[in-house]
Amino acid sequence: MTRYAGRGFAAINYPIGMNLGGDPAQALVHSTPDGKFMVTLSAIDLGQGMKSVTRQIAAEALGVPMEDVYVDTADSDTGPHDMGSFASRGTHRVGNAVIRASSEARAQMMEAAAEELEVNATDLDTDGQGNIHVKGAPQRKITVAETAIAAQFKQGRTLSGRGIFLIEPSGVDPDTGEMSPVTTYAHAALIVDLTVDDETGEVTVDKINSAYEVGRALNPKLVEQQLIGGAWMGVSHALYETTEPYYPDRAHGPEDFNTYLMPGPGEIVPHDIAVLERPAADAPYGGKGPGEMCANPVLPAVANAVYNAVGVRVDKLPITPEKILRGLQAQGGAKPGPRRPGTQ
Amino acid sequence: MPKKPMSFTLNDAETGVFVEEGQNLLEALRRGAGDLSPKFGCGQGTCGACTVLIDGAPHLSCLTLAEAAASRRVETTGGLAAGPELHPLQTAFMEGFAAQCGFCTGGMLMVAKALLAENPRPTREEVIEAISGNLCRCTGYGPIVDAILTAAARMQGRAA
Amino acid sequence: MSVEFRKDLFADERRDDLNEIGKPHTRQDIEGHVTGRTAYYDDHLFDGLLHMRCVRSPHHHARVRSVDASAAEALPGVRRVVRPSDVPHNINTLLSLIGFGEDDEQLLSDPIVRYRGEPVLAIIAETEAIARAACAAVRVDWEVLPHVLDPEEAIAPGAPSVNPAYSDNSFTYEPYDHVKLRFGDVTAAFAQADHLIEAEYEMSPIEQAPIETCGAIAAPETADRFVCHTGTQALFFSLGTTAKLLDLPSSRLHFIGGTVGGGFGGKVDSITEPMAVLGAVLTGRPVKFQWDRPEEMQVGAPRGAERWRIKDGVMADGRIIAREFTGFFDAGAYTRLSSYAGHKGTGHLPGPYTIPNVASNVFCVFTNRTPATAMRGFGITGVDFAIECHMDRVAEATGLDPISLRILNSYRDGDMKAHRRVAKNCALVECCQVAADKAGWTLSAQDKAASSLAGSDAQRAAIPETALDEEGRVGARKEGRVASTAPAPGTKRLVAGTHGRTMEAVSVQRPDMEILAERIGHAIPGATSAPAAAAPVAASPVAPSPPARPAAATPTPPAAAQPTPPVPPSAPPSPPKPFDRGVRRPGVSQFLSGSRRR
Repeated sequence: MTRYAGRGFAAINYPIGMNLGGDPAQALVHSTPDGKFMVTLSAIDLGQGMKSVTRQIAAEALGVPMEDVYVDTADSDTGPHDMGSFASRGTHRVGNAVIRASSEARAQMMEAAAEELEVNATDLDTDGQGNIHVKGAPQRKITVAETAIAAQFKQGRTLSGRGIFLIEPSGVDPDTGEMSPVTTYAHAALIVDLTVDDETGEVTVDKINSAYEVGRALNPKLVEQQLIGGAWMGVSHALYETTEPYYPDRAHGPEDFNTYLMPGPGEIVPHDIAVLERPAADAPYGGKGPGEMCANPVLPAVANAVYNAVGVRVDKLPITPEKILRGLQAQGGAKPGPRRPGTQ
Repeated sequence: MPKKPMSFTLNDAETGVFVEEGQNLLEALRRGAGDLSPKFGCGQGTCGACTVLIDGAPHLSCLTLAEAAASRRVETTGGLAAGPELHPLQTAFMEGFAAQCGFCTGGMLMVAKALLAENPRPTREEVIEAISGNLCRCTGYGPIVDAILTAAARMQGRAA
Repeated sequence: MSVEFRKDLFADERRDDLNEIGKPHTRQDIEGHVTGRTAYYDDHLFDGLLHMRCVRSPHHHARVRSVDASAAEALPGVRRVVRPSDVPHNINTLLSLIGFGEDDEQLLSDPIVRYRGEPVLAIIAETEAIARAACAAVRVDWEVLPHVLDPEEAIAPGAPSVNPAYSDNSFTYEPYDHVKLRFGDVTAAFAQADHLIEAEYEMSPIEQAPIETCGAIAAPETADRFVCHTGTQALFFSLGTTAKLLDLPSSRLHFIGGTVGGGFGGKVDSITEPMAVLGAVLTGRPVKFQWDRPEEMQVGAPRGAERWRIKDGVMADGRIIAREFTGFFDAGAYTRLSSYAGHKGTGHLPGPYTIPNVASNVFCVFTNRTPATAMRGFGITGVDFAIECHMDRVAEATGLDPISLRILNSYRDGDMKAHRRVAKNCALVECCQVAADKAGWTLSAQDKAASSLAGSDAQRAAIPETALDEEGRVGARKEGRVASTAPAPGTKRLVAGTHGRTMEAVSVQRPDMEILAERIGHAIPGATSAPAAAAPVAASPVAPSPPARPAAATPTPPAAAQPTPPVPPSAPPSPPKPFDRGVRRPGVSQFLSGSRRR
């Protein structure tokens, strides 16, 4: 048996938000009597961090510390309408709605503070630490808590906001395909190093180097979670996963995790990531959802690396040992491609 | 269907439930004892989300007959913290962002607890071996392995 | 494992001094995860909870002649047999909530099943074990019908009809049986190309495989309402679908979710919610409907299979001058969300590259397999696999370095995309450069100097004259009147520069919900943006222009090269839009509305 090393490359972009628009999201923000803020949504947190990222967005837009904000989702009796968490729309759509709701609440908060400080609201700013002060005179200040108490018990004013974000639905021209699919795109490029065993057909992914452009990393650790976990899923899709291993035949479909294969903790691929941030004009603080696109470049990069290693093009996913062995057999053994620059 | 009383220790508290013939421990814990921290992920013993400790050893509660836990000491993630004090594994998972959806987290913590009780200074390979029966679909496993090693080091008073 | 943030790139388009944005704060939900306190849908206890399970088809395509549930009904602990006639409005399609597609799927099917695993009956019982035993005791007399599993066989004349709402076995994109993309003239360009490179790619179905399976618990609530705890990825989608299928006013439904044990696209389909609520309506008791793992794997909708054929016309220097796609999304038996993939996949073509001639035919095909639905990367993952494997083939055929080939053909700010919208906010070139650098993959000085901000010109920004055809009208293929699934040669020409109205996100927000532009940390163009394209340039439909290369390595080209120059941090903020109702007097916020007490 011989193990052949291969290196493969792929680059992609990814549309952020529901294709063709028409998918509104709403948010409500209100203050508690002592100046903390509740964000009420119908967005779904399925692990991507919806509750956490909208909390940070609301805190930033309100100008208060993150600890003073809590996100409540999703109860249809209290949360306003949202289409859901799919199509990389959560951060983009809901985040924008949260900014708008928070901006409205902030405007009321500044107005209430202005009344207490006897200045114009436009002369005030927040310090992000729970205080509202006169611009250029930080000693003339009032806390957000005092402001909320005054608004509630003295001024008879709510510190609350409504937000909606909607991209107008686009049609599709049936003859040309002209359309406005989305307004924002994320990007990625990725290099996979792997080895192929020409006796067993097994592929071992040794290393991933990647660059992901995400607009802005609203929370760098949440972005890191998505990119690492997403690349893992990309490797899994490339090499293992299918419910129909002999598609279009329906036979041999797995019904459990013993036969539906995925890489385990013993097959963690070292992955060095660079995050690029080119803010998108209409995205919340420029941030593009990284959760979906992160898996996509891995699949073709693995296929290209397998070809580079042994000269077998597996054009049907997943790239199973059986397919590689059949390819090797058909071409009379491994035919390694050119050594790519930087291959170890 | 007739139900039989059964008593056991759940997270250091004497507990009693009524179980049906053939009922698994997962159901007895969740519906009977009201401890919802073990999760149903497959019912086939392949995902590990239902992992609990019985007399300190990890068991798949979906494949364990409830009666098998009678008079024994059962531990779940719900009892991992000592009152308000989080277990070092819990803080390590939090700080290390070792959970996304969180559905596998309880099972991971249980096998990790059992591992560290038996082997306080595990190697990375031993951690990987210990969690290899537990599936995670979100994280790619790396942060979970790191968090367990971090917790082990802290519990030993070492730098991670 | 390492993560670096390249703050040096695009630094002039971004302020990095925000308070909370960009901070690695701990997740709001993670303490719940590590203590077991996080409450997923199944973590709500109800006294008297009943369990619901389905009787499913063992056949790919069959007619139910008769059902005998008498043995099941006689089992102790069985509370209710639910038949198709118990579903008040037993026909729906998921995207009907946004008015897209025909109602084509029943909650419980009668009398035809169109995929293996399709439910025809449900049993509600005191325990899950009894529900299982009762399902096994139901006798169904099946008349097996001919089936089709391959998407190209399914749209060939004479194939068995899969879905009665779509007699062509393909989703209708009026007036055609597929989605067309036409930009320039691929036929003419292929004739001028130095290389023609063709290949076919395929992706088998993939399971989302969240560790928490799909499910819902519904129970009668107060005020004649029903509560439903659900693991849905789309709360109001599931609520609306339930209201429609059960013919209930949505005000009688109280849906609670938002905390989900993994989704990855597999929890949008809104099947378990109407089933559980129907059970609660029929029994007056709490009912859980939860898929077990085999159902999640084989009955729950996977990421559907895709097949793509790509044909490229490439010049000797590596410039791709024409790219043609023929694509098939295998929807399985019912539409679910696959119709959407047809448009999304088409809008993605030809990938992140500027190619002056592009044509594609994309089909959403019905076959007798488990319906497909969304998954992470939906509508794109399979296309990207095909495109990027194909780029590797093009690199080999032209002898170019694979990364250099990407940079050469990469889209740049200001380029025209095949769907007739201008590219902006591009960053593919930079991703290629950074990934190469990390992996020690040496690039040429020219490739290192390239930039997404530079390289466009009038020709790359122009919409070319376009060859159009009318092949593949609904019904024609079935009658054998369409020769091929690939894009047909043009029969008429659309003049250069033709485009419709550009949709912009910012134009439809109410002014009182405008964001505070000066607090957002990056440039936002005005509420109404410029038309998509510059004045039409009489571009040749064939001859491409290579991206203009900067003479020297200039990482940050002058702002003049960009269609939307960034506002530097020092620039004066654009004022918020004036508020059009409420109080307007000195010292009073424009955000104040109505009267206020003094």
